[in-house]
Amino acid sequence: MRSLTYLEAIREGLLQEIKRDKKVFMLGEDIGHFGGPFKVTQGFLEEFGQKRIIDTPICESGFIGFAVGAALFGLRPVVEIQFFDFVACGFNQIVNYAAKCKYRWGANVPLVIRGPMGAGNRAGPFHSQSEEIWFGHTPGLKVVMPATPYDAKGLIKAAIRDNDPVIYFEHKNLYRRIRGEVPEEDYIVPIGKAKVVQEGKDITIVTYGAMLHKVLEVIKEKELADISCEVVDLRTIYPLDTETIINSVKKTSRLLTVHEDSKTFGPAGEITQRVCEYAFDYLSAPPVRATSIDTPIPQSPTLEDRYLPSNTDIKKAIRKILDY
Amino acid sequence: MYEIRLFEETLYEIYLKEPMPGAMHQCTGQEACAVGICENLNGDDYVTSTHRGHGHYLAKEGDLNKLMAEMYAKETGCCHGMGGSLHVADFSVGMLGATGIVGAGIPISAGAGLSIKLRKTKQVVVCFFGDGASNQGAFHEGINLASIWKLPVIFVCENNLYGVSTHITSVITVKNVADRASAYGIPGIVVDGNDVLAVYEVAQEAINRAREGKGPTLIECKTYRHRGHSRFDPAIYQPKEEKEEWFKNDPILHFKRYLVDKKIASEDEIKTIEKEVVAAMEEAVRFAKSSPDPAPDSAARYTYVQEDIIL
Repeated sequence: MRSLTYLEAIREGLLQEIKRDKKVFMLGEDIGHFGGPFKVTQGFLEEFGQKRIIDTPICESGFIGFAVGAALFGLRPVVEIQFFDFVACGFNQIVNYAAKCKYRWGANVPLVIRGPMGAGNRAGPFHSQSEEIWFGHTPGLKVVMPATPYDAKGLIKAAIRDNDPVIYFEHKNLYRRIRGEVPEEDYIVPIGKAKVVQEGKDITIVTYGAMLHKVLEVIKEKELADISCEVVDLRTIYPLDTETIINSVKKTSRLLTVHEDSKTFGPAGEITQRVCEYAFDYLSAPPVRATSIDTPIPQSPTLEDRYLPSNTDIKKAIRKILDY
Repeated sequence: MYEIRLFEETLYEIYLKEPMPGAMHQCTGQEACAVGICENLNGDDYVTSTHRGHGHYLAKEGDLNKLMAEMYAKETGCCHGMGGSLHVADFSVGMLGATGIVGAGIPISAGAGLSIKLRKTKQVVVCFFGDGASNQGAFHEGINLASIWKLPVIFVCENNLYGVSTHITSVITVKNVADRASAYGIPGIVVDGNDVLAVYEVAQEAINRAREGKGPTLIECKTYRHRGHSRFDPAIYQPKEEKEEWFKNDPILHFKRYLVDKKIASEDEIKTIEKEVVAAMEEAVRFAKSSPDPAPDSAARYTYVQEDIIL
């Protein structure tokens, strides 16, 4: 099968959906001729014209609200946030409008908000954040974060076809670094379904996004050769696929959660709590989390490396659980 | 102005040759805006900046070595490597900080203006922002607040025609950003942002007005950036003819010509000044390169006033 980069897979998913459904259109800052800072939408304007690919002024609150309005009345907007950190400027329109129109009015908001997130690029505190929990904690939204090209294409298509607002996170460090097999044909990856990426029997490692690749790299290291790790890629942050996590922990009896988001009130807390609620009796060690630390994201490479969970942090966490 | 230009061009040469962390948003070509405005300011006046803030920092008499060290994300940088180019600040000289969020500094400047008003000092705040920021809600909210409470803030739009790649004419329907001042009942002034003396003059009047308690002014400096939005942008959207036209009106060439023509300074005197700046720049690079990286465990040191909370 063909191999595509993560970025190419997102592009293909978007292109196919724009072609498939006339109601789908895109809007955002510099997505037209410029193609966005990471060139995800390069060539889209030339192919689909200004009615489908709309360059907006710099006004996140304005164009997100605009997209909610369009979604309420029959269109399927896909909003690009140039760097996901900037979504904070449009917060009200997402958490009060997009998320609550169905609940308040019974009205569908088939809206996708997508864009690059994540650290590791020495880009400092306003261009590196993990924002999933801002939205994962807001009922009415769905939140997805693919880690592989296959899932990136399948999830963007699922997100666009979904009748609820979906926040779709793309880790900018995966765009050109990660390649994988992607079928050319139409397929979707269902929202709300995690995936067991590697089977194992000693410990369950739940992760998602760029951290999936780090975890897969770490568990191959010699020092861990005696440990059989089962790796679960969440793919969707909300709704959380509790069943897949619980089934895995029932099998391995141990849980490590790894995420790039900072620690306190991060997804690991929720995942651990669910495991405690539904599989406490199966646990043979207290669950552990390896996450970023509770600070903003520094620009300095030495500080950013300290901020992010390192290979050593993950290895230590695995050992700690196994040695309990 | 030459110091700012040389700083930006030195950075440009460095990051083409060797690794340098982070994005860089450079103000090459826009130097006269920062200098023309800030020459009117006192040490205790304030400036809020944009993502393109190196010039504002230097014009507000921020330390060159500390700025260069921040580009290298070193411990000796003005923000100890926490923020890099996008976040340069030095409160000790009244430089209240650059920002990666477009327009975010506008309400902040109004708040700084309120603090001045309540403390009853004669300080002022200059709020720099770009043409793109004038479409953010924060622009309306911040200027409106400053206007209704007659705060000592001078709003300075550096209109370089592009918000990243998007031309200003496709995102606003008025001819000038300054035309929007009428919505707040404050003066709106358009000036050639590449003419440092013209900028100086309009700024002087606006700053005097603010010091006298007569409230804010919106100044729009028409200018042009000579390089891309950031180091990763080759700016292919800038048409050749447009570029050539603006490059002819280079603020530094323009002012040099003026100084020589009016016999205020000779070519030799200007060269001497330039040599001093070159030497200072070399020293800044040496200082930055030889400075230590921040210690890894200092990552958590500035989160709260107390230092014992994290991990």
